[in-house]
Order: sequence, then structure tokens, then C-alpha cells
Amino acid sequence: MGYQKYDLAPLTHSIDQFLYSHLSSTWAFLAEMTLIGVVFLIFYAVIGLYLVLAERKVCAFMQNRIGPNRVGWFGVIQTIADLFKLLLKELITIRKADKLLFNIAPFIVIIASFLGIAAIPFAMGLHAIDFNIGIFYIMAVSSVGVVGILIAGWSSNNKYSLIGAMRSGAQIVSYELSVGLSLLVIVIYSGTLQLSTLVESQADAWWIIKGHIPAILAFFVFVTAGTAETNRGPFDLAEAESELTAGFHTEYSGIKFAFFFLAEYMNMFLVASVAATVFLGGWMPLHIPGMEGFNNAMDFIPPIVWYFGKTAFVIFLMMWIKWTFPRLRIDQLLNLEWKYLLPINLVNIVVVALIVLMGWYIK
Amino acid sequence: MSEEKKVIVELDENPEYIINMGPQHPSTHGVLRFEVSLQGETVKYLIPHCGYIHRGIEKMCESLTYPQIIHLTDRLDYLSAHMNNEAVSLCVEKALDIEVPERVKYIRSILSELNRIASHQLWWCAFGMDLGGLTCFFYGLRDREKILDIFEESCGSRLLHSFVVPGGLMHDVHPNFKQSIRDFIKYFRKLLPEYDTLLTGNVIFQNRTRDLGIMSKETAINYGITGPSGRASGFACDVRKVEPYSAYPYIDFKEILYTEGDTFHRYKARMDEMWESMVILEKLLDKMPDGNDYTAKMKPVIKLPEGEYFQRVETARGELGVYIVSDGNKTPYRLKLRTPNFSNLFVMNKLTAGYKIADLVAISGSLDLVIPDIDR
Repeated sequence: MGYQKYDLAPLTHSIDQFLYSHLSSTWAFLAEMTLIGVVFLIFYAVIGLYLVLAERKVCAFMQNRIGPNRVGWFGVIQTIADLFKLLLKELITIRKADKLLFNIAPFIVIIASFLGIAAIPFAMGLHAIDFNIGIFYIMAVSSVGVVGILIAGWSSNNKYSLIGAMRSGAQIVSYELSVGLSLLVIVIYSGTLQLSTLVESQADAWWIIKGHIPAILAFFVFVTAGTAETNRGPFDLAEAESELTAGFHTEYSGIKFAFFFLAEYMNMFLVASVAATVFLGGWMPLHIPGMEGFNNAMDFIPPIVWYFGKTAFVIFLMMWIKWTFPRLRIDQLLNLEWKYLLPINLVNIVVVALIVLMGWYIK
Repeated sequence: MSEEKKVIVELDENPEYIINMGPQHPSTHGVLRFEVSLQGETVKYLIPHCGYIHRGIEKMCESLTYPQIIHLTDRLDYLSAHMNNEAVSLCVEKALDIEVPERVKYIRSILSELNRIASHQLWWCAFGMDLGGLTCFFYGLRDREKILDIFEESCGSRLLHSFVVPGGLMHDVHPNFKQSIRDFIKYFRKLLPEYDTLLTGNVIFQNRTRDLGIMSKETAINYGITGPSGRASGFACDVRKVEPYSAYPYIDFKEILYTEGDTFHRYKARMDEMWESMVILEKLLDKMPDGNDYTAKMKPVIKLPEGEYFQRVETARGELGVYIVSDGNKTPYRLKLRTPNFSNLFVMNKLTAGYKIADLVAISGSLDLVIPDIDR
């Protein structure tokens, strides 16, 4: 296939071989770990900061405004300036707060989102860990974040924070089901949990096209549940500005607040990445079976562009929803999950099993 | 304070879970405090605490002359400054038995209706934001700006105009007055449906507001709930209809009435009032006489004859009553204001008990409280 000319595996393998040939295997392993860690840290910070800027620009666009345009060209260094402001702010310690838990909570939240990003295939051969249970792994680590939110709300010694944290707990535990079950639809189609294999199984066409109605349904359920899982509007009950002032992070200031803020955006990126990888083909270019010329033309666009393009599309979808809809109430939120999304998902899985058994999808 | 604490402890067998919403809270729209007793997320009891922005306006009025009092009334309900000015002016004119020129009556009513639309627009922004729809805020402000421009052009200021004075107006309106209002009506007729597409038709919004905080007609009358909130419960309390003043007797218009009395219909009543206000504006503009008389002949020093005078007007939030007791001096002996928000606030406990915190925010938003009007 044409896209293989952009394969980055030789590059990563050559770095790997270079390290192992010049260092003892223990040191080479450690050097590799450090290298990947640093690369991810920089990637994380850059993506997080620019997602904040993107959100402000999209929100401004939705609200007939211009958005940040003073610091740098089109406000490109606005969020960096904001980050420095947050770094210089005082970290207020709350009297009668549980100090240890209060300080540990932002790290749990940010580590959970950090771990998830590691398993995403960004382009062909650009993949930090390729687990054979990749989807399962991402779901498992990303849901650890709720522990951090619960701890933050509990340890703040603030009633608003506590209500926010409890809401968040109920919400994330419920929507975890829908996220898992909607991904299961594509897992049944493709027969794999490994993300690299999953992407390669979409070489002829993306699963959202191949899997037709159940896949499209699963995609929308996933985006809805994913939005809920990242605590973003219209499901931002944990923060619910107009009700709980700022929810679980009311008492946090300075860089600890920034950690929560960054983690929210990275969770959004993670959800969008998974949606793009599982439903929209990840880094795989758009291929239509039987149209060789078109497929070859699409292959000229590098996989990394495809990956970021698709992720950006899903992120825009989530921002669009956030800046258009009013917020749900907690009982309506749980009703939506347990009475609508979950039954839809379960029926969808039975239908998919039948479709796969009968072979009624585009192979 | 201890007195109130005792009340809440008696009402509440488990009193430790009490949160203070306010005085600094995003959805109380000012320095108002709700002491809310919760059971999980459910509101058990709510006590409103007001007085954080009490400035003693009624007492201050006792040492000011009548034209000076006008400037204080702006600061009551700052979103219906014209109606507040008009209330005091009408009361003084009633006491002096002065008939203002026809044109002045029309201009006063036109400005009141414009102010009503502007106030409802800002309410719409804030209500949307209370429910978490942050985009509403900018849509509403975009259109409100057009009205404020008209005010700036004719009255010289945008929010606190002090334009209506006893005997007439401060000065004549801008020559462009009629045309700019006609332009605004044309503009806003096109953009008001956008409000519906953004919020009214939204399924989340409907679920959040329908059958929520139902206020019966009896409750509305018992608590003295006036304005759109009262009319949504079927209480026909529009002072413009009941006791017409200024130019309202000359025109025919609809009183928006609903019988459901829930949050959604309080919302709907205000949305419909915006439409109706535009109809009223058109009728008033058509009938408004030409000329340039903007004030009646007034004495340099206004002294009311001894006695008691009362005048009520319909502000954007309900009925504003002005009660003046005069001892014949140039300052009133006592001036009492019956402000709509003060009555509207205290129904909160009755409406919110048993609902969730999120509903509390929605209900308080639908009552459209302006805090300086409560505390005076």
C-alpha cells in the first residue's frame, strides 16, 4: 500500500538499535524510557496548551467574538502566558484540609490521562506501547482519574467540592459502561483489542463505513459518553459553575489548578484520539474500495496528518456540543445513561454479533 | 442570626449539611445569600438573607428634593431605570395635579418598553448561563447593545438614565429617535427567533425547566408575585392594563398570560413580552405626536401639598409602587417603595423545597431577581 512509504518504524528501530549497540542493555532500556518520557511530556504540554487556545477560539467563534488575539500572532502564545501566570501564583493551603490527599489528587488525575496517551498510535510505527489489549488498557487507566477527582473533592473540606466530586463519581462510573460497550462493537467487528492491528484492519475502509449502522450508532454513543467522561459540557456537573462555583477544584490554586485544567483537555484529546483510531481509522488514509487512483492520491498525505486531522474533527465536535447545549441535571444525566445509552448499546452489541456471524458488513 | 439559626435547626432534624449560596456566588446575580439545607443534592429548606447591598435609599430620599430623588431610583432596579424614574415622576405629578404634554407620555412609554426589552434580553443571557448554556450570554448582549445605543443617543447615558423627571423629560430626544427605534425593531424581529433555536427548542433546556417549581395562582397572589413571573401563573397583574398610565391607555395590546406557572412558562412569558413590547413600540411610534415640547410648566422648587400619594407602574420585573407622604416641604416626609423583587424573592423557599440544587438555580433565574431592588 502507498501509505507504507511514510512508515516510521525503521526510524524508531534505528534509534533503538543505536542505543542498544552503544550501551549495556539495562542502560539502553533506561535511556529509551527517559527519551520516551521526555518526548511525551513535551507533547503533552504542547497539545494541552494548544487545546486550551483552540477551545477559546472555537468558543469565540460560536459566540460572535474574536477570542485571544493580543499575545502573539492570533494569540498563539496566550496560553503559554497564562501558564506562566499560573506557575507564579500562590499555592494556597486550606486549613483543616487533608494535606496529603489534597496535594496528591492533581497528580493522580494528570497521571491517569498521561498513561492513556502512551498507548495511542500516532502514525505508522510511531507508537510508544503496543499492547495486545490496547483498548482495554486505555479504558482501565483513564478511569483511574476519577479517584483523583473524588480525593480532590473529599480532601478540600468544602461542601461544594464534595458535591462536585460525588456527582463526578456517579457520572464517570456510569458512563464508563457506555464507553466500553460502544468500543466493544468495533472490537467484535475487527476481532482485536490491539490498536495497531485495529488501525491496519481499516486499510480498505474505516470501521464507521464498513460497520455501517451499528458502527455509526456506536460512534455517537462513544462521543456522548466520552464527553461525559471528561466532565465537559453539557455534562460538566462536577464543575457546574453556576451551581457549585467550580466543583471539585474550587479550593485549588496556581499550578495545581492548572493540572486539573490540563488533565481535562488531555482527557478530551484522549477520547478524541480513541474515537479517531477506533471508528475513523486512526492514521489510516481515507480509502474507498475499488477506487485505486483516489486511494493512491490519499496515500500521499502522511499518516500523522490524517491522525491529527481526525482527532481535531472529533475535538471540534465535542467543543461544538459544549458551547451550544445547556447543562443536564444529575438525575437526567444518570437517566440518559442507564435508560437510554446502555440499552441502546446492549442491543447494538447483539445486532453486531449477528451481523458478524452472517458476514453482513463490508469486508 | 441566632434567631434564624434556631428556625433552621427546628425545621431540620439533620442540620449539619447546610451550604451558603452567596453572597459571592455566580448564580445569585449579586450579593444575595441563600442558606440552603440539603439532603444529598435535594433542597430541604432555604432561607434567603438579604441586606448585603442595603443603601438606605428610602431614608436618603427624606433629605432630598423630588428632582434629586429621581437619581436614586435608577439604582433600585438598575435594569428598569426608566420605569423607576417614571414611577416617582408620575407620583409627584399626581400630587401636583399636573398634566404633562401628550408627546412626553408617548416618549415615556416608548422608553419604558425599550427598557423592558433590554431587561428581558439581559435576563435571557443570565438565565441561559444559569443553566450552563454560556453562549446565550453573548447572543443576548449583542442585541441589548443596540437598545443601549438608542438610550445613549437620546438620554445621554446607557444604563442609569435619570431621563424622566417630574413634569416631563430632562431634555428633548434625539431627532433620530423614531427612526433608530424602527430600525431596532426590524433588526430584533429577525434575531429574536435565534434565541428560540439556541435555547427554547433545546431538549435539555425543556427537560430542565418544564414542570419545575410550579407556582399556583393562589401562591402568586398570596406572595404578591407580580410581573411576568406572576402572569405565568395566571395572575393578571399587569399595571399597564389594570391601571393604565402614560400612553398605555391610548393603545391596545395583549397581556401575556399563562396558567401553568412552571419555570418554562415564566421563561415563555418573558420571551412573549419581548415580542409584545415590539408591537407596543410600533403602535406608540405611529401615534406619537410631532413637536418639541418635552416638559410641562413646573415651578423651580417642587413642593408637594400635604398628604399621601401613591402611584404604581409596571417595571420589567413586576409592580413598583411609590408611596409618598408629604408635609408640604420640598422633601418628602416619608417615601416608601414597594419593589417587585422583594416580594418575588421570598417565594423561593416554597418553590424550591424538594428539588435539586441545579433546579434551585433554574428557579431563581426564572424569577429574574435584581438584588439592589431587594435591598434598596
